[in-house]
Amino acid sequence: MENRIFNKEMECMSRKDMEALQLERLKALVDYCERNSEFYAKRLAKAGVTADKIKCLSDIEYIPYTTKDDLRDTYPFGMLSVPMEDIVRIHASSGTTGNPTVVAYTREDMEHWSEQVARLAVAAGATKNTIVQICFGYGMFTGALGLHYGLEKVGAVVVPTSSGNTEKQLKFMRDFGTTAIVATPSYCMYLAEAARGMQDKYPMDMYKLKYGILGSEGSTPEMRAEIENHWGNGFFCTDNYGMSELNGPGMSGECMYRDGLHINEDHFYCEIIDSASGSVLEKGATGELVVTNLTKRGLPMLRYRTKDITNINYEPCKCGRTSARMHKIIGRSDDMIKVRGVNVFPSQVESALIGMTEISPNYLIVLRRENYSDSMEVRVELIDGGLLDRYGELVALQKRIQDNIKNILGIAIKVTLVEPNSIERFTGKAKRVLDLRNQ
Amino acid sequence: MYIKQLSVFVENKGGRLAEITSVMANADINIRGLSIADTTDFGILRLIVDKPFEAEQKLKAAGLTVSLSDVIAVSIPDKTGGFAETMKAVSDKDVGVEYVYEFVPRNASHAYFVLRVADNEKAVAALKAHGCELLEGEEY
Ligand SMILES: [Zn+2]
Repeated sequence: MENRIFNKEMECMSRKDMEALQLERLKALVDYCERNSEFYAKRLAKAGVTADKIKCLSDIEYIPYTTKDDLRDTYPFGMLSVPMEDIVRIHASSGTTGNPTVVAYTREDMEHWSEQVARLAVAAGATKNTIVQICFGYGMFTGALGLHYGLEKVGAVVVPTSSGNTEKQLKFMRDFGTTAIVATPSYCMYLAEAARGMQDKYPMDMYKLKYGILGSEGSTPEMRAEIENHWGNGFFCTDNYGMSELNGPGMSGECMYRDGLHINEDHFYCEIIDSASGSVLEKGATGELVVTNLTKRGLPMLRYRTKDITNINYEPCKCGRTSARMHKIIGRSDDMIKVRGVNVFPSQVESALIGMTEISPNYLIVLRRENYSDSMEVRVELIDGGLLDRYGELVALQKRIQDNIKNILGIAIKVTLVEPNSIERFTGKAKRVLDLRNQ
Repeated sequence: MYIKQLSVFVENKGGRLAEITSVMANADINIRGLSIADTTDFGILRLIVDKPFEAEQKLKAAGLTVSLSDVIAVSIPDKTGGFAETMKAVSDKDVGVEYVYEFVPRNASHAYFVLRVADNEKAVAALKAHGCELLEGEEY
């Protein structure tokens, strides 16, 4: 894959220059918010922060955090900082509870957003010659239109197929010679499986697919390898990250080296904090990502708590970019549990279990306090009767799961095999942790 | 040459065994032999029943993890050292024995043993050469 960079000036800037630019933009943003946002003006005044109090980047710590609740509480337009006539787009994300979160963009915001996405699209392999199908659902969700505008800015041929209608998707892929797709990892996999299912009629070499720009849901390295193998022919996929509160996709994305997601630092100033105490952690530490969108004006975001857990690497990358790279999202701060001082996310346990056909995908983490120390047990449901013939095979399975989890978490745990359907199922978000430590 | 053995995965919680055996009783299935291997966490219940396929269906329907496999059922001569001699006949052929338990077929005057070995064919040949009587099909 050819290594291209969309905006060398911004993506390869020296750390010193980047920090100077960020500081300048941060001051301008605080000043802007004071003068244009009723919501922020009140909040900044209460905290005693003014633009001239910001002398260096770490002075950002004077500014209070913004949360999703702030957006909900001010639904729909309470955080708008320009008159409605200056807004050119509104998106909303459907909350599972309460009000949706509404975000709004000025024309300038849209320009910035497209620029941000264009950079990650180029890092993911897009060029003027790319023919890309956008298989995200269009609508209020920022994913489809975000990638759409960004890829148009690159000059790629955008085919807005939206999600679903798999046979049509595959037909267009073959007939148009589509070279890239934008999709969730699971849909990308589903398409590949469907294509393989029709091989007799349409051999796999009828597809010219080279790149997958995946997003909107996380994927493990194993899942990604599986997707790439399924498409074959050197199909290569990258991840990107964003959320509607921060424009949408475009905050960061992987390059061909896939060693972290390059952050568009001239637009997004990132901090890592301890979720529980709210204090800022040192560089390189793992914690909750807090983002200030330095260039957003329609609905500014100061120190937005993403609730996503990651860490940031400030070393330059082999690809030539000097922009900091964030680790793939490790978990959600809401889901984090502490076991013997180690942060554990259910998603990590899940990734250790993925692909094991002997057990069901359902699991339960049980935490106990024994002899003043935490113990962690993972219960999994045995569904493969074939292992029952020999007792040793069950013990070997138990050990294999135990080792997999230990490799990921770094702590020893106990695995218990239980009967199928014995772990309670919850509709919607499954409850994965049973904490008995305070009983 | 072989008979069907059911293996059922059971968590070690009280009453599970009673539940499983009552599934059998309700379906009018007779248990002829039974063995449990367990650790502190879980166990495997091995069953010889008169209607193995039906029993497998019933247990699966009850939500249990079940498998059906071929095991050897051998008659052991009713004399001192009879069991030891039979085992030796198998081990002399380098066939590993994983487990053994007793069961009593219908209308039988003496006990049989269920033998789970690493290599069924080799074990059967050894036992036959030794003059042992093997149970097969559904005659139990
Ligand atoms: Zn890179």
